[in-house]
Amino acid sequence: MTLTPVSDTIQELTLEELRNKVGTGMEIENAEEHMLLSMGPQHPSTHGVLRLLVELDGETVVNLAPDIGFLHTGIEKNMEAKTFTKALVMTDRMDYLSPMSNNLGYILAIEKLLGVEATPRAQVIRVILTELQRVASHLVWLGTSALDMAAMSVFLYCFREREYILDLFEMVAGQRMMVSYFRPGGLWRDIPEEFVPAVRQFLDFMPAKIADYEALLKNNPIFLQRTKGVGVVSYEDAISWGLTGGCLRGSGVNYDVRKATPYCGYEEYDFDVPLQTDGDVYARYLVRMEELRQSLRIIEQALNKLPEGPVQISDRKIVPPPRAELGKSMEAVIHHFKLWTEGFKAPEGFVYQAIESPRGEFGVYLRGNGSSKPARVHFRAPSYVNLASLPRMSKNLFVADVVAIIGSIDIVLGEIDR
Amino acid sequence: MGIEQKLGNLGVVTYRLEDLVNWGRTNAMWPILFGLACCAIEMMGSQAANYDASRFGMELNRPSPRQSDLMIVAGRVTRKMAPVVRRLYDQMPEPKWVIAMGDCASCGGIFNNYAIVQGVDEIIPVDVYVGGCPPRPEALIDGIMSLHEKIRTEKLGDWA
Repeated sequence: MTLTPVSDTIQELTLEELRNKVGTGMEIENAEEHMLLSMGPQHPSTHGVLRLLVELDGETVVNLAPDIGFLHTGIEKNMEAKTFTKALVMTDRMDYLSPMSNNLGYILAIEKLLGVEATPRAQVIRVILTELQRVASHLVWLGTSALDMAAMSVFLYCFREREYILDLFEMVAGQRMMVSYFRPGGLWRDIPEEFVPAVRQFLDFMPAKIADYEALLKNNPIFLQRTKGVGVVSYEDAISWGLTGGCLRGSGVNYDVRKATPYCGYEEYDFDVPLQTDGDVYARYLVRMEELRQSLRIIEQALNKLPEGPVQISDRKIVPPPRAELGKSMEAVIHHFKLWTEGFKAPEGFVYQAIESPRGEFGVYLRGNGSSKPARVHFRAPSYVNLASLPRMSKNLFVADVVAIIGSIDIVLGEIDR
Repeated sequence: MGIEQKLGNLGVVTYRLEDLVNWGRTNAMWPILFGLACCAIEMMGSQAANYDASRFGMELNRPSPRQSDLMIVAGRVTRKMAPVVRRLYDQMPEPKWVIAMGDCASCGGIFNNYAIVQGVDEIIPVDVYVGGCPPRPEALIDGIMSLHEKIRTEKLGDWA
């Protein structure tokens, strides 16, 4: 392949070239006096391949512009070339800290388009797994953002507990991260026997671990100095900038997709939406820590009410027949063949399905055109929207504060660039 | 204090310099702190408490390419990122090695499209390929062990 010359991308650029590169997003106040710094795409605290262009007056950030696209994978376009079911594997690899949530959003959109609903047992298992995923994702967020503030041990503890959740995923789906476990019309297959006791064990030991993390950070003077009053977002700004998830609730706005437009029967669960009013990095930290506890509450309720029954709907035009039927029934063979070669056809139409991913409102626009492939898929990626507020949050702060703010926004570049 | 008091005078050990250097290189290998996508999370997992890559002298990830001698390309390399990866590789001092972690870095994986470089070996030389999407931490550590084996048979003259 031919590479673009290195000088074209990361060498020191003139002001005009820089303006062209970053578009109109970044204004440069004083190019003579101030220093223009390129932070990333290889940088330990940008949580991926994010590049920031920073205009610095000494150590103070005057202007800042994120440069994204270093992980652009063409996922949305690629999905148009695959059948609805086969495109599912693409969604795993978008927000790679919460593949279950991505799967769920996409699958719910398909089910909305088809006009079907999963069985009660499948709904409850979906809730258990997405809440486990929320815990796993928040653990990575906590570990890495504490690591950015030089708290190494938190990272090691968080990853220890996360491994337990990944083992649970492996138990149900055979894969640790890229599970593709939710399928149109239900689940890939039922959960194994040992899953429920393993989750109960997790619920037993996890609250003490969360208390451990809080003991390390909550009243830690260094952590408080780095986070309190840093990156403040007011109530009005949080709404007008379109923030969702922990960033929004850290500013006191009571909006959670699970409460506002419930899916998967979330209206039947009793849980609180944690709110903080300060809007700074510390407030977002408090919100997410409380979300960990609320997720455990939801999982416990879900385990208690887990109904018996099938995990897939019986519509053979959408869900493939079980393996045992293939030897006995010609009809089952035909359904099997049709589903895995051609896939099911979705009607013409346009749906939007939002779910509360660990990062905020994850939305899926899905358009069907009567064929077995999606005509258009578009994702509303929460961290993409949340990242756009970074320049305003970090204005007139130090470079070190930018690092803390990036951690608190909890971005995943795979989801931003797609 | 240690082994020398138990054994008395240890005397002289004769050894081939090449083997000694290669042994030293395998046991203090510092990877560059550089993750691209999903595989980077599993790479972090392999360094965290459960899999503990520091058993092999690798706990220290250097944020600067100039201080590192192993590049683990963890994730999909896009056309926009490719020049950056190449530049990072060029900045690393010799001797240096590359592990292509995961299907995307090895061959493009499931993303055969306009955006993704079909294998990082199109832009930099790769020593070990680790398959999987993403590979488990054990698989990555196995890849690192394979690399160690390769290094033990290297000739000093190869780097001259």
